[in-house]
Amino acid sequence: MPALIELSGIERIFHLGDSEVHALRHLDLSIAAGEYVAVMGPSGSGKSTLLNLLGLLDHPNIGIYRLEGRDVTTLSPEEQARVRSERIGFVFQSFHLVPRLTAAENIALPMTLAGIEPAQRAKRVEQALKDYGLADRASHRPDQLSGGQRQRVAIARATIMQPAMILADEPTGNLDRATGEQVMRLLEELNQRGVTLIVVTHDTTLGARARRQLLMEDGELRHDSTIKNK
Amino acid sequence: MRTPDLIRFARDAATGNPLRTSLLILAMAIGVAAVVVLTALGDGARLYVISQFSSLGTNLVIVLPGRSQTGGFNPGNAITSTPRDLTIDDAQALLRASAVHRVAPLAIGTSEISYGGKLREVMVAGTNAQFIEVRRLKLAQGRFLPDGDWRRGAAEAVIGAKIRDELFGAETALGQLIRVGDRRFRVVGVMASTGQGLGMNTDELVIVPVALAQAMFNSNTLFRILVEANGRESIEAAKAQVSEILRLRHEGEEDVTVITQDAVLATFDKLLSTLTLAVAGIAAISLAVAGILVMNVMLVSVTQRTSEIGLLKALGATGATIRSAFLTEAAMLSLAGAVLGYLLGQGGAALIRQLYPAFPAYPPDWAVFAGLGTALVTGILFGVLPARQAARLDPVQSLAKR
Repeated sequence: MPALIELSGIERIFHLGDSEVHALRHLDLSIAAGEYVAVMGPSGSGKSTLLNLLGLLDHPNIGIYRLEGRDVTTLSPEEQARVRSERIGFVFQSFHLVPRLTAAENIALPMTLAGIEPAQRAKRVEQALKDYGLADRASHRPDQLSGGQRQRVAIARATIMQPAMILADEPTGNLDRATGEQVMRLLEELNQRGVTLIVVTHDTTLGARARRQLLMEDGELRHDSTIKNK
Repeated sequence: MRTPDLIRFARDAATGNPLRTSLLILAMAIGVAAVVVLTALGDGARLYVISQFSSLGTNLVIVLPGRSQTGGFNPGNAITSTPRDLTIDDAQALLRASAVHRVAPLAIGTSEISYGGKLREVMVAGTNAQFIEVRRLKLAQGRFLPDGDWRRGAAEAVIGAKIRDELFGAETALGQLIRVGDRRFRVVGVMASTGQGLGMNTDELVIVPVALAQAMFNSNTLFRILVEANGRESIEAAKAQVSEILRLRHEGEEDVTVITQDAVLATFDKLLSTLTLAVAGIAAISLAVAGILVMNVMLVSVTQRTSEIGLLKALGATGATIRSAFLTEAAMLSLAGAVLGYLLGQGGAALIRQLYPAFPAYPPDWAVFAGLGTALVTGILFGVLPARQAARLDPVQSLAKR
């Protein structure tokens, strides 16, 4: 089975004033389709940078990123936007819903941006609302929803384009334990249906749920649970 | 992104902040309204002056004694530099010109008019039967001066509407004898009230036969000769023929000035059109200011919505999509402002027309189109920079911002 994600020799350097910060160094990583990966590490270890890079929101200074066998580092911004639209779903810690749009409109947003027909949009949004238990919240705005509902809207939005992978950055960071548990179960269900799930967290119990753990420190991959002797 | 979605998205973004949006639309509306109202005033002034000039009569050629232009050396100048006066014979001679339709001599003076113990100062116009036709005037009662020998004339007078009211009040004026200066006249007609008029107001005029007026003022000169050409196209021919006849009659000396109404009209038309343009230009400055305001507001909006822009990028929006979303919003705000301003401006112009019915304050079509067009172009032009800035935002940093 070919790897979904293949990173080789990735370097990401930020310039802060005169000093250089190596956010990622000598990173080689391969993630197969359908994996459930937790990226852990302290703040500033480069885990968020790695996630942004995987989501094509950021570019490596050196190295090659192959997504589904295709080198995406050399794509034009428009092509990268298309890859994001079709293959990648984002779930953020702070939900990032558009406050003036209803739950249904927020879920439909990726399809609206992709130019999908309104009739098909309505059908898919209706199904998603039902799947995520939000059917009676369709016309509510984000400020009328609870934290758990907001994150469910965000997950529905992330999956509405049927992406190959979901990138979740501290998805339970703004939620209480019970609601966080629900959200994680939702994400894991998606993973069981074949979607690659990559979760960034500094919560070790959360990270332990994943089948594969990556430990980042100072921009380097310190530990990969699938490789015993590293 | 499909166009209806783009428009809905921009509309929601605009209505998401009602205060910002309404202030911006108001600023744009004031600019457009200023253009519409000010050009309506300017063009109204132009139309007003033109209509006033037209009320003097149409196809008019006016002969003035004396020459205002400097000519070349003429043997006549060596003998005398005093211009010859215009006489009734001069006026009569003009009837021979082929392009001339009617001629009305005009002698003007002031005198006292009295009736039944009432006395007032009036302007007396000595002329002939053609005057009423040449000047396109109307009678309210009776008849005008009879046609006949210009050198004689019965002691009959036509009085203006205001004179009639003041001297006769409720009495009938027709057939009454009035005294003008040291002569007695019988009132045969009353002019219709015109209410307004450039130069000579016929409401306060007493019109008598030209020969009697000259006798009254003890002179044989004319103030003006009004010549009506056969038609609009023969005005220039009439002017040339009139000049030639008078030059020959005045022993080769060009000592009269012949002006056409068209020339005067054209001058005023040009002058006031320029004025309208200048006023429109001043009003356009407010539109430019509104455009800069659009830019400022959109830039603030980009800053406020940074995290939303980052999200849109993460969800697969291209730079072009974000750019067009912000441009659409700017264009919609400008369009709404322009339409509102247009309505306000037309309302203002209508109000001016209501207050001053004689003043045709209609904004010219070109000004309306220019105003609306400038509003849209400035709005979109000044929207480009914020839109580009939004499209260039780095998604990682934008998302980090709450």
